[in-house]
Amino acid sequence: MSIEIRNLSCTFGSLKALDDVSLQVNTGELTALLGPSGCGKTTLLRIIAGLESADAGCILIAGQDMTGVPVQQRQVGFVFQNYALFRHMSVFDNIAFGLRARPRARRPSAAAVRERVMHLLDLVQLQGLADRFPSQLSGGQRQRVALARALAIEPRILLLDEPFGALDAHVRKELRRWLRKLHGELDITTIFVTHDQAEALEVADRVVIMNRGHVEQAGTPYDVWEHPATPFVCGFLGDANRLDGHTENGRWQGHRMTLPAPGLGTPGKQPALAFVRPHEFDVLPAADDSAPGLSARLTHVYLAGSEAHLEVERLEDSAPMEVKLPMEVFEQLGLQRGQTIRLLPRRARVFAAA
Amino acid sequence: MSNTAPPHLTEPGWLRALITLVSIGFVGLFLVLPLILVFSEALRKGWELYLAAIIDPDALAAIRLTLVVAAVSLPFNALFGLAAAWSITRFQFRGKQVLITLVDLPFSVSPVVAGLVFILVFGSHGWFGDWLQEHDLRIVYAVPGIVLATLFVTLPFIARELIPLMQAQGSEEEHAALTLGASGWYIFRKVTLPNIKWGILYGAILANARAMGEFGAVSVVSGHIRGETNTMTLHVEILYNEYQFAASFAVASLLALLALVTLAAKHFVEARGALHARRAGNPQFSTQTVTGQVESRASEHRSRGAALGLQNLAILAKEHA
Repeated sequence: MSIEIRNLSCTFGSLKALDDVSLQVNTGELTALLGPSGCGKTTLLRIIAGLESADAGCILIAGQDMTGVPVQQRQVGFVFQNYALFRHMSVFDNIAFGLRARPRARRPSAAAVRERVMHLLDLVQLQGLADRFPSQLSGGQRQRVALARALAIEPRILLLDEPFGALDAHVRKELRRWLRKLHGELDITTIFVTHDQAEALEVADRVVIMNRGHVEQAGTPYDVWEHPATPFVCGFLGDANRLDGHTENGRWQGHRMTLPAPGLGTPGKQPALAFVRPHEFDVLPAADDSAPGLSARLTHVYLAGSEAHLEVERLEDSAPMEVKLPMEVFEQLGLQRGQTIRLLPRRARVFAAA
Repeated sequence: MSNTAPPHLTEPGWLRALITLVSIGFVGLFLVLPLILVFSEALRKGWELYLAAIIDPDALAAIRLTLVVAAVSLPFNALFGLAAAWSITRFQFRGKQVLITLVDLPFSVSPVVAGLVFILVFGSHGWFGDWLQEHDLRIVYAVPGIVLATLFVTLPFIARELIPLMQAQGSEEEHAALTLGASGWYIFRKVTLPNIKWGILYGAILANARAMGEFGAVSVVSGHIRGETNTMTLHVEILYNEYQFAASFAVASLLALLALVTLAAKHFVEARGALHARRAGNPQFSTQTVTGQVESRASEHRSRGAALGLQNLAILAKEHA
């Protein structure tokens, strides 16, 4: 089922949680709503489910307007951030809840409920835990019970609020892969909310980046990573370093550097921002005042796997920046803490300053 | 008191002994001694007189009235408590803070004042006095007045128990049930009620004890008509004023017994509630009572919880018999 969001706005008091949001999610797609906390992504998810109401705009599921349709009739599977399992019910009763809550005419027989629950337990790999209570499960297991419970009602769409938020790093990674695989098997239109860019880029078919109640960019993970549409997206993905400067005749200038700025060839000086990702710098050991490049002092180094993470401070204004180098390069350079280095961006993304 | 704490973290021995003695001494002097006295006075003239005092028609009428008043006021209390807790924890509305404060009013107002208010409103010279007389309705100096006064003093118990409980639990489970297609009534029965039933029961036990033991407010509105508007507490006072000490203490001993049963029931519900909360992974409503003693399986919880409750009852009975 496709989901279409048209000009949705929502205000809480003086806070604009959503500001004229429009979005199209195609049938069978796995979409991530990505953004910093407070950007409106969870509000959007809850409005789609019918748990909050919008001030303006509408939501269409499979082409049908959902305005005024109560939550119960939307057939939306929702997995809450803290799972919201029924604490006094066993895993079995939790998963069976949606089937047993149906009006008598549509309620399946006890045997049918049992069969469906057992099938779902198989699907989420929790065979043998049917009699446990939620408090007796690990975080990852609770997550999967919540998912099975949501799937029991055969939802038209599946919504997940920070599905991996409360789990430790190892379980997260495993569940991420598992969810991807499960989505492939079920082929159900799915939207999940996350603040973790790696999660969004790894799992989703499409990533929607939100900021302050509006959509900054929607596209495939490759699109948003390689062709960020706005300065916000560029700064948010990949922890890019921001450099202030100006453009003139298709070139960006600032910090004693000149970089190509295609598409910004307007005559005259225009203020502009350049974003450089940490791994897009060449590092030269010595400071040479006459050569181009950014002079900086190395303040801290830590090694993470195959990469060296350098924390540096610009000499001119002491602003912190982040640089990543392959381990071999770092070792060849033989850098010491406190040393002055010169940074040369290999590539940059330039945006006219707003 | 833990002997494992390093000496520099605890008080000197004599101070510990003193503090412990003071607390035990107070409990003994002001709680245990009077309790023993009530029973010994009641039985001073033997079992026969004790029984006679209790099966006296006026005493039986008082006992019946007390039970009726408690039985009538409890459902109203539960209804109000649930409604108040529900609205306070689930809705946003103007005057919510005022409501939270007012729920506590019966705890802070003297019961006698409450009784007088009902006389002012429903008495023959009160606001509704003429109207009530015209329609031949009696509220003050009759059972309805006693029920009203009892309702007033017991109103906060269940609400106060439920508000923090429901606040801690939040409404996420209800929201989850909504997305699963359940109707409001189904959600209330299957999700909300099971989560708060121990809170309701706990509040109800306390409210019941207060309802049966209330004196001040009831005394003002009752009119002290023997065999008609005398509750147990009023009956005890009348007997005492008439120098029928043994009979007075006999009826009083029933109230004391009620207190002990309440104590045991409270303890039992607390334990069950705590077990339930632990099983549900909810730290609220857990009390210090039995935590740590009981672990693991749900079925085990049930039987062991019950056993603990009964054990306590037995211990209490032994101690005070």
